[in-house]
Amino acid sequence: MPDGLFIFFAALTLGAALLLVLSRNAVTSAMGMILALVGVAADFFLLDAYFLGVLQVLVYAGAVMVLFLFIIMLLDTEDPQGAYPWKTAALGLAVFFLLAASVLWLFHWSGAVPTAKAGATPPELSANPAEFVTAAKAFGRLLYTKYLLPLELAGFLLLVALVGVVSLSKDNPENKA
Amino acid sequence: MENTALAHHLLLAGLLFVLGLTGVLIRRNLLVVYMCLELMLAAATLALVAFSRFNRTMDGAVLVFFVITVAAAEVAVGLALIVALFRKRGTVRSDALTTLRD
Repeated sequence: MPDGLFIFFAALTLGAALLLVLSRNAVTSAMGMILALVGVAADFFLLDAYFLGVLQVLVYAGAVMVLFLFIIMLLDTEDPQGAYPWKTAALGLAVFFLLAASVLWLFHWSGAVPTAKAGATPPELSANPAEFVTAAKAFGRLLYTKYLLPLELAGFLLLVALVGVVSLSKDNPENKA
Repeated sequence: MENTALAHHLLLAGLLFVLGLTGVLIRRNLLVVYMCLELMLAAATLALVAFSRFNRTMDGAVLVFFVITVAAAEVAVGLALIVALFRKRGTVRSDALTTLRD
């Protein structure tokens, strides 16, 4: 039986994700998304990845979702239709139940994943900086040694995205319909 | 005190991914579809962190760091594209954007 906190946050995450998928109102969907991301961050905390949990809340649930809410309110997109067309609903239900059933099968009956008893607790943390450490310092050390080139590329990617967004949202008269 | 197994975290990640995929398939509002895509990404990062923690390596966690960076950049560009689309066509519903199909 897993930890009570894990069960609570897993239920919160899945419920919020359900809200995101099913809600008609885009703002409600965004609220569900924020809750789901906070739930994922809580799971990061339970996995001792504190730095990533904080990063997830700051970047995802904070900055990215504020951007989403801003655009949703800017564009004012209400859903005109009353109910889902039955074809869409049937497709969604079929995909969801097929995939969810296969996920459950994979974990409980296929034997491909070690059972809960085998790895009931995560391995003990060590002080060796090359292994999994909770401190943010470990991230810095890896980012500036082993992953220096990817870090530079990520910075460059952010620059490219910045320039791209500016050029996309510039009011170009040729783009007018 | 903490006795969640790797399988529990992976199960949560798998179910989150399935929910996100379902949302991408059934929703017609491009913004909500985009949020569902982000949810799938978050599910993948959850699996990465779980594997990283249970294998006692730091590499998966660092990869999650890069995934979050790339996702932030991707969201900015994607939302700018959606706004540009809205300015040109006046809608963000994917079933109203059928120029290539007709």
